[in-house]
Amino acid sequence: MTRLMVNGLATEAASEPQTPLLYVLRDELGLHGAKYGCGLGQCGACTVLLDDAPVFSCLTPLLAAEGRQVRTVEGLGTEQRPGRLQRAFIAEQAAQCGYCIPGMIMRAQALLEREPTPDDAAIRDALQPNLCRCGTHIRILRAVRRAAAEAAGEAAGEKAGTP
Amino acid sequence: MTAVGPSRRAVVAGGALLIGFRLAAPVRALAEGGEPLGDLARTPALDSWLRLDPDGQVTVLTGKVELGQGIRTALLQVAAEELDLPQAALTLVTADTARTPDEGFTSGSHSMQDSATAIRAAAAELRALLIAAASSSWQVPAAEIGTRDGRVIGPDGRAALYGELAGAIDLHRAARLPVPLKPPAAYTVVGRSWPRVDIPGKLTGAPSYVHDLRLPGMLHGRIVRPAAYGGRLLDVQTAPVMDLPGVIHVVRDGSFLGVLAAGEFQAIQAMRALEAAARWAPGRTLPAPAALDSFLRSAPAEDIVVLDRGGAALSGGRTFAAQYGRPFIAHGSIGPSCAVALVDGAEGGVTVWTHSQGVFPLRRALAELLRLPVARVRCIHMEGAGCYGQNGADDVAADAALLARAVPGRPVRLQWMREQEQAWEPFGPAMAASLRATLDADGRIVQWTHEVWSNTHTQRPGPAGVLLAGQSLERPFPLPPPRPIPMPEGGGDRNSIPLYAFPAVRVVYHFLPQMPLRVSALRTLGAQLNVFAIESFMDELAAAAGADPVAFRLVHLDDARAQAVVKLAAERFGWARTAPGSGRGFAFARYKNLAAYCAVAAQVRVDAASARIRVGRVVAAVDSGQAVNPDGLRNQIEGAIVQATSWTLFEQVAFTPEGIISRDWNSYPIARFDAVPEQVEVHVIDRPGAAFLGTGECGQGPASAAIANAVADAVGQRLRRLPLRLTL
Repeated sequence: MTRLMVNGLATEAASEPQTPLLYVLRDELGLHGAKYGCGLGQCGACTVLLDDAPVFSCLTPLLAAEGRQVRTVEGLGTEQRPGRLQRAFIAEQAAQCGYCIPGMIMRAQALLEREPTPDDAAIRDALQPNLCRCGTHIRILRAVRRAAAEAAGEAAGEKAGTP
Repeated sequence: MTAVGPSRRAVVAGGALLIGFRLAAPVRALAEGGEPLGDLARTPALDSWLRLDPDGQVTVLTGKVELGQGIRTALLQVAAEELDLPQAALTLVTADTARTPDEGFTSGSHSMQDSATAIRAAAAELRALLIAAASSSWQVPAAEIGTRDGRVIGPDGRAALYGELAGAIDLHRAARLPVPLKPPAAYTVVGRSWPRVDIPGKLTGAPSYVHDLRLPGMLHGRIVRPAAYGGRLLDVQTAPVMDLPGVIHVVRDGSFLGVLAAGEFQAIQAMRALEAAARWAPGRTLPAPAALDSFLRSAPAEDIVVLDRGGAALSGGRTFAAQYGRPFIAHGSIGPSCAVALVDGAEGGVTVWTHSQGVFPLRRALAELLRLPVARVRCIHMEGAGCYGQNGADDVAADAALLARAVPGRPVRLQWMREQEQAWEPFGPAMAASLRATLDADGRIVQWTHEVWSNTHTQRPGPAGVLLAGQSLERPFPLPPPRPIPMPEGGGDRNSIPLYAFPAVRVVYHFLPQMPLRVSALRTLGAQLNVFAIESFMDELAAAAGADPVAFRLVHLDDARAQAVVKLAAERFGWARTAPGSGRGFAFARYKNLAAYCAVAAQVRVDAASARIRVGRVVAAVDSGQAVNPDGLRNQIEGAIVQATSWTLFEQVAFTPEGIISRDWNSYPIARFDAVPEQVEVHVIDRPGAAFLGTGECGQGPASAAIANAVADAVGQRLRRLPLRLTL
């Protein structure tokens, strides 16, 4: 058994320790957000956060996640209560087939935690490892900018409200 | 074979207002005549399309599938509009051979014409039946009864819920006509951008794809394929593989080889061991890649005269010629193809969950492959990653079914590996084109010749022989001879007829039956190369005539809707404010000469040191007839522009005589964020009441050509071969 935290919950995984985290998440834990795309770290469809860093879960053995925090798109919100980035992607209708989007969102989440107000070049640079085949990039960029702007707006509002 | 030009009928009907009110003929006559009924003409029973439950819920049934193009949402909008029902009262069921009408393939930008048109007509009739039922129950003339929000409402304010009238209506009968359609001026849903119904689940990890289907007792399968086309399995030691953890079965039938395991990663490890244990006879040799263009132009061809109009001998003028080409292009789905199959233990029937674009044709193929009656095979569509044509979806469904046969009663999930998708999917064919035109003294085109060389653009199921598994069994199925797709839609000759009003035009399609690489339908079929060639050549001729490229196109266009998109794209781009040499490019096409109109203006920059082409701002204008969901339409065109940027700048299937060598995203690069256009704007010309024209494929050809034209404008170098490679 490998112990790890998944989306804030203490979890035990029975898969062999060398099993890539992707298959543990999808097949053992029933978390389908991360997707198999290439198994080579070339497309980013499997991107999740390990502690605060985006990783290719297709290349990350379960063992490497032992005792660490794993975050997936399921941890950001639900269909009923989507998180900030998810709301922004919905507002911009930033998906076509949508297969790549959970990976995009997780990489964007890591970016915004590190750099809350990135410019367009910084967003493109951060998302460079992730491929989209439908050509939804322009909307993905808009959605990330929207989420950043909303967060900045709220932060400014809170500040203004502070006596 | 003589072919027709762009359908006059389609042009006239497309521009007409309130087409629906003209319906006054029986189903059969309309089916022969054209568009207004869509697939209702093919499947006239109303309950094939709509069900009304006593609780007022309406189920809409479509034989088309969601591919990420937003069809679920658009079809729901059409039904909601015509039925005056809120979204919550509607459920949509997409292609399932046991439940929905057979609408063939979801391809060719046909879903709105075929399915939305049918659903709209069936919904209008259901609404009329509800009104008739209330009329008879209330003894009030039907003309005085209306509908709103799931209720039938009488002149005195009396109302009945649709569900209350359900018992009085029999939908198990053929559609009767005329169907009174809602006038577009009264639309409150169609023409609005409903948010896509599938997006929230996809963004939050809800099981949304066949890849996410998890059935009780499910096993994971993987298959092993040879290094090259036609490789024959000589020998494989399976015993060591059977000893690996989790392995349940090794399946071999001729050269079809696969493995079943309890866990997915166990199946992958077993597949790797099986690969190492298998010995194959060498497969078929491919042409040398450097000789591709000469192969295309010299292989045995069936010559089809697509158009020969006004060919009288011309004297004088200046004649120009140019040759264009493109390589094989991969669909390159981000998610490799996947299917889940279950063989019924007692009956031996099979159910397959698949992201195929055509569940009914796939069912026929699987029945033949498995030697089962068609009725014992059920194919249920579930979404996959975007496919953009025929990727590995049908093949993996067959693979999964063959593996499932080894374990009756247990579902089998099989996903291809990246290298399998990349090497074995049927590619979009390589093509070549030669164009020639004559300019008169006034700088007008008086003669135009277009020759195009290509393999077939479809090898889809039905026959089992088109499936990879079908070709590799001990008792294989023969690959059926390839056939061209007839005009007016065409295959390799799709969009080979220029829409421009040239007095003399000759178009010849050299159809090539010999197929060195596996090919089938890729989004736009031949239209991308044909439009790239026509629109590049138009720019070359404009330059020779000393004319502005936009003005030159307008002079040669007599179709008002074509002129409108050209003018709008130029205006929004600010064409008149930009200078020649600034790296601007323009292109236009009407998809298939009978569907959506699209014009694209693009701006590029070329880095002098690296010769790298960077696409800056791109502006498109599109007329897709009645726009059901304008934002969905924009999303499709934005995607077309970005995908075409990738095709145009980067993509080509790499191969050697020994086989396909582009097997991942390093050897088959596509556009990443640093290569995506800086800005994309899409402007929609809505035509309320006009026929739905479909949108998924109208932008790729114009976008490819606009980029090439912009590169030529930027550096004075005309690139006629895709992907564009500059030498500075």
